[in-house]
Amino acid sequence: MDEARISRHGSGARLWLAGGWLLLALLAAIFAPLVAPQDPLAQDLMFERLPPFWMSGSEPGFWLGTDSLGRDLLSRLVFGARIAFIVAFAAALAACLVGSTLGLIAGYFGGWADRIISRIVDVWMAFPPVLFAILLVAVLGTGLSSVIIAIAVIDWTRFCRVIRAETMGQARMDYVENARIAGYGRIGIMLREVLPNVVPSIVALLSLEMGIAVIVEAILSFVNLSISTDDPTWGGIIAEGRLSIHQAWWVLVFPLVTLILTVLSFSQFGEALKARFDPVLR
Amino acid sequence: MSAVVKPCLDIRSLSAVLPNGQRVLRSVSLSVQPGEVRALVGESGAGKTMIGKAVLGVLPTSVRIVEGDMLLEGEDLGRLQPKARRTLIGARTALIPQDPLTALNPSRRIGPQMTDRLVRILGWSGQRAETRIRQLLDEVQIRDPDRVTKSYPHELSGGMRQRVLIAAAFAAEPRLIVADEPTTALDVTVQKQILRLIAQLQREHGTAILFVTHDLGVVAKISQKVSVLYAGKVVEEAETADLFAAPQHPYTRALMAATPRYTDPFASLKPVDEAVLAGLAAEIAAADQAWRRPHG
Amino acid sequence: MAEPLFSVRGLKVALPDMTRKPLIGRAPMADILKGLDFDLPRGSVTGIVGESGSGKSTLGRALVRLLEPSAGSIVFDGRDITHLPEAKLRPLRRNLQMIFQDPMSSLNPRRTIFSIIAAPLRQNGLGDNLKARVAEALQRVGLPQSFASRYRHELSGGQRQRVGIARALALAPKFVLADEIVSGLDVSTQAQILTLLERLAAEMGLTIAFISHDLSVIRRLCRQVIVMREGAIVEASATDALFDNPQQAYTRDLLAAIPLPEIDADWLLPAAKAPT
Repeated sequence: MDEARISRHGSGARLWLAGGWLLLALLAAIFAPLVAPQDPLAQDLMFERLPPFWMSGSEPGFWLGTDSLGRDLLSRLVFGARIAFIVAFAAALAACLVGSTLGLIAGYFGGWADRIISRIVDVWMAFPPVLFAILLVAVLGTGLSSVIIAIAVIDWTRFCRVIRAETMGQARMDYVENARIAGYGRIGIMLREVLPNVVPSIVALLSLEMGIAVIVEAILSFVNLSISTDDPTWGGIIAEGRLSIHQAWWVLVFPLVTLILTVLSFSQFGEALKARFDPVLR
Repeated sequence: MSAVVKPCLDIRSLSAVLPNGQRVLRSVSLSVQPGEVRALVGESGAGKTMIGKAVLGVLPTSVRIVEGDMLLEGEDLGRLQPKARRTLIGARTALIPQDPLTALNPSRRIGPQMTDRLVRILGWSGQRAETRIRQLLDEVQIRDPDRVTKSYPHELSGGMRQRVLIAAAFAAEPRLIVADEPTTALDVTVQKQILRLIAQLQREHGTAILFVTHDLGVVAKISQKVSVLYAGKVVEEAETADLFAAPQHPYTRALMAATPRYTDPFASLKPVDEAVLAGLAAEIAAADQAWRRPHG
Repeated sequence: MAEPLFSVRGLKVALPDMTRKPLIGRAPMADILKGLDFDLPRGSVTGIVGESGSGKSTLGRALVRLLEPSAGSIVFDGRDITHLPEAKLRPLRRNLQMIFQDPMSSLNPRRTIFSIIAAPLRQNGLGDNLKARVAEALQRVGLPQSFASRYRHELSGGQRQRVGIARALALAPKFVLADEIVSGLDVSTQAQILTLLERLAAEMGLTIAFISHDLSVIRRLCRQVIVMREGAIVEASATDALFDNPQQAYTRDLLAAIPLPEIDADWLLPAAKAPT
């Protein structure tokens, strides 16, 4: 009891810090045209490789400096957040829906359903995920929806494995038998009794998966396999920044920091939410 | 109290608090004379296990002792450096735990687990420890010590595991054993054998035992003295025979009336009277108030 | 005498024996219950007592058909339910209720007490007037109405077990299985729960199978007792007869092993034969 209380106490700061960053990034993404100080695509060779605002040679209005084509870095990051969040939400939700459903079925019904689903998961996880993603995008063609589908297709197994294990644990609890005594059928018990008890894990995993989706999207953009348009993506900016690291380190460092903060926040936010809203721990 | 015989364990006015300031031990005083069994009886939350943990120096970090002394054979544990304290406690005390399964490492054989303590803490040679363990396994009536020492914990029955732990506890000839609900997880027939074994070894080795239990039946059979606890406070202390002959505190009487007795089904299993609980709450509140005054 | 509520003949239950499971393949089946014959008379409490491994909980789970027997027959209220599939059992569930040992595990942590007590009512066609029915169920077990909106973790052990009883009795079932329902409770709470169940059994004329390892509790509550050991019935008789004049050595051993709360200097003296 005491340990639970302490961990919940500690989750407060995590929840607000991680949630705060995510909210900030999300608002920036939604209101990108209003927030971004410049047009993210506007090139101006007069202003190429401007340093961030505190260094000498910086220009007002270009807070984080510009890249080698003179495009404003902050504006590109803000518009990049749009793609990042769209991919994060869509891909994670899709992976969650497929993976959790199959995990719940495998864990609750066991037997043949479990054996078949578990074997598929095993085979699936034998593929190296990034190679798998590159292969999928190569087949599906580049574009936002391909990236989303690729991430969902690869990562549903994460949900499936965790939710299966969690469901098996819950299915052993007496309240499942108690529901049979009350006259519920198996599907009713799965949805009414077991599902609410695995929801905290699903939420935590969903948040973690959003972070992973952001990374995978960045990796795909980095190898130029994400969306083919000129829209700025974090991975794309990092790829460009790598080329000019000696002349303009900021083009690499700021998107990297943004990416790391976002991914970290997603995973911490999920864990903190779970700890906070778990009545079992209270 | 005799002036000649030093108590084996002497707890004086021990108070402990949680981080939120709530007292979990309320000026507990009790002593265990050499070779005597003192029962600590109470319901869940009474703090009986906590006292055992305090003696062994293994209180959870959230519990802080704020007042009182614990003397182990006259040595004030509070005045010793942590390392010296651990050495003293390790050499003179032992624990018989409640759950014999979780108290043993599931992935190691029984034998090395038993000798480990003797070799590591007491610095015995492996040979000497081995001989000693054999001797003790014989005393707890384990017929085939070879098989048992080579077994893993899950390969033994609950009663067998508890025998092993009793043997391990007595092996180092401790002056004091803390037995924390040692038979609660066992069936009644096994419980009787284990209690008999503990009593026999205790007599032969002259060991003092602080016996933590929730069961007044076990108290009646195993102990010479008893302290009844409620909410971390000793509400009654007596010779066991006197307590059962004439319980003084209303809570003790209520507890006795609630304890089931198949010989007298309708005089037992009486729910505790609300007035008794209200009286207890008032007693605790008054004690806390009196205690807070000098302690700010 | 009226026809018994339960009539059990040659009951066997086999479960996979995990201790003998080979590395690959299925565990062999082992008989947990080895052919039991007994009746449960209507309107009375029958105690089922035994130590761990006696099969008493397996027997209970077979009676309410959470387990399917491998042989023999269970006739409940004139109907053979031995091999009824789950769908056909559901209409009978209303009359085959159960109170669990551990209310911490048997009450869903994410449901309010209201929802927990209302579930069997909803599922058995008593969904009308739910509020009044749940209120009545709470009142029956002596819990305040405000508890309806609480969760499991906000209750004490005794209160949780009252909720377990309220849920099982909400349907006014013909049969209730009580599986070690006080073994996790403090003695003072145990006494409260037992007197509550005793009163409700008499008021509602319930037929109860009361599983326990504690003979003292059984004596107080039950009219007849079945003593089990290793999946078989050792002795079955009326309660007073069993306690006053036990026929089997095992029953006598069980009684002698109970530490009564009274001074008895001889109790711990070594028996004539050494324990094995």
